[in-house]
Amino acid sequence: MTTALKVSNLKKTYKNGTVALKGLDLTVQSGEIFALLGPNGAGKSTLIGIISSLVNATSGDVEVYGDCLTKQRNKVKSHIGLVPQEFNFNMFEKPMDILVNQAGYYGVPRKAAIERAEKYLKQLQLWDKKETISRSLSGGMKRRLMIARAMMNEPKLLILDEPTAGVDIEIRRSMWEFVQQISDAGTTIILTTHYLEEAEQLCKNIAIINHGEIIKNTTIKQLLSTLDIETFIFDLDKNPSEELLKLLDAEITEDNSIQLDVHKSKALNDVFKSIDGLGYKVLSMRNKVNRLEELFYKMTHKSEDQKEMENQS
Amino acid sequence: MNSVALTALFTLGRKEVVRILRIWSQTILPPAITMTLYFVIFGNLIGKRIGEMGGFDYMTFIVPGLVMMSVITNSYGNIVSSFFGAKFSKHVEEMLVSPMPNWVILFGHVLGALSRGLLVGGIVTLISLFFTEIQIHNIWIVLSTVVLTSVVFALAGFVNACLATKFDDIAIIPAFVLTPLTYLGGVFYSISLLPDIWQTISKFNPVLYMVNAFRYGFLGVSDVDIYTAYAIILTFVVLLTALCLHLLNKGIGLRS
Repeated sequence: MTTALKVSNLKKTYKNGTVALKGLDLTVQSGEIFALLGPNGAGKSTLIGIISSLVNATSGDVEVYGDCLTKQRNKVKSHIGLVPQEFNFNMFEKPMDILVNQAGYYGVPRKAAIERAEKYLKQLQLWDKKETISRSLSGGMKRRLMIARAMMNEPKLLILDEPTAGVDIEIRRSMWEFVQQISDAGTTIILTTHYLEEAEQLCKNIAIINHGEIIKNTTIKQLLSTLDIETFIFDLDKNPSEELLKLLDAEITEDNSIQLDVHKSKALNDVFKSIDGLGYKVLSMRNKVNRLEELFYKMTHKSEDQKEMENQS
Repeated sequence: MNSVALTALFTLGRKEVVRILRIWSQTILPPAITMTLYFVIFGNLIGKRIGEMGGFDYMTFIVPGLVMMSVITNSYGNIVSSFFGAKFSKHVEEMLVSPMPNWVILFGHVLGALSRGLLVGGIVTLISLFFTEIQIHNIWIVLSTVVLTSVVFALAGFVNACLATKFDDIAIIPAFVLTPLTYLGGVFYSISLLPDIWQTISKFNPVLYMVNAFRYGFLGVSDVDIYTAYAIILTFVVLLTALCLHLLNKGIGLRS
């Protein structure tokens, strides 16, 4: 399998002394949708900034499809499409012009650029807004415009930095579909998001970054398998008795609903049996929180706690 | 020049020209009105009392200076507002992430500034025809000096835009450097009118050479040697180009 991105010992210290990356190593294989997670200030945007030539690295190497960033910067740039976190297009220009100009910067002739712009504006449901001043687009439309813009050079590696932030569920899901489509077409995608459900839904592999270091780099499946306890909510047909709560070590969340932690070694059948044994019916059942979200929280806070302990010792 | 660079240069140059024309009420109209007022007040009303300067009536004498002044301020202003605006709203990143070479980013913006400078200069020249007759001593000197001067101030504006971090930074240089240099650069007078010491001091002002070389192209008179003027203008073009490319290559003011 071809390596799409190889980051080696990447360090970044800003002029004000902030150490954003501490010798980060990361490899992303071609064709995958790779999740890059981390709390605010973890170094995700710095890493993306360096890969896309918006931030100068202090040291270390970045290779994109075998081309070295420091030696073949323009070649590396031609492989990448970037959807940044913040809106960074000219709000006074029209979507069509923004896309056609962006393609032109990558050397795409104007005629081909117009055809390509039409294709992506249609795919991202922005075609009827092509001549509208971008400032007047909704937040979701602006996000989709940035995705369309990033596709104008038909990149091998697409970097999506929180592409669905502030977007409603319907548009988010249509954007997931689009991301899946371009991934199926062979584009490698790096996705950073705060919606962990998004990462779980779209990505196979994941890296968690905190304090400028990768603290976990594995498959999402493997990562989730490390979770020992899951919290479930059961909706019952009537108000739970004290006896039931005691038996299951559960608590009432709202009328007729109980919440309990279930260790992964314990079969859910046992829980159902206990509920059934006391004459209750389970109307529905769900996870309390996103499993990945819980893991992410634990891991990032664990590393913080460890650091604190190290500092104290 | 490879095809990527050529397409990118065409795209950027086109985008800049479209921008100038789209906001014509900010880019074209104000300098036209300002210069008309200069012609009416300085050339027509006050000029009649001044009489001759450099062997020409005052209105004829100041036309090349006023045209050059409008070229300088518009070339500078265009690139500063366009590039700093792109930095401020972050759409400069569209260019920085692309494989467009840095010299294309620079020359694309310079092309835009040159277009506005020449467009406004042309309009001011046309307006001047309502007030005086224009004679041309050497068209090649007129064209070469106006283009080179526009390029010099476009490059200087680019440096300003790169280094600026807030809007104040792009207002300070035009107000405190560009305007005094232009007003004291022989636009409205011949330095032969000044005492010796001020004549000497004036010769440290590069705008003096640009205005006088341009005036020489029109009227055939100049306070400075024409070859020295070209040497100074070309030196500025080379030095400022090198400085702009250095800023872009290092990402100074652009990349953190």
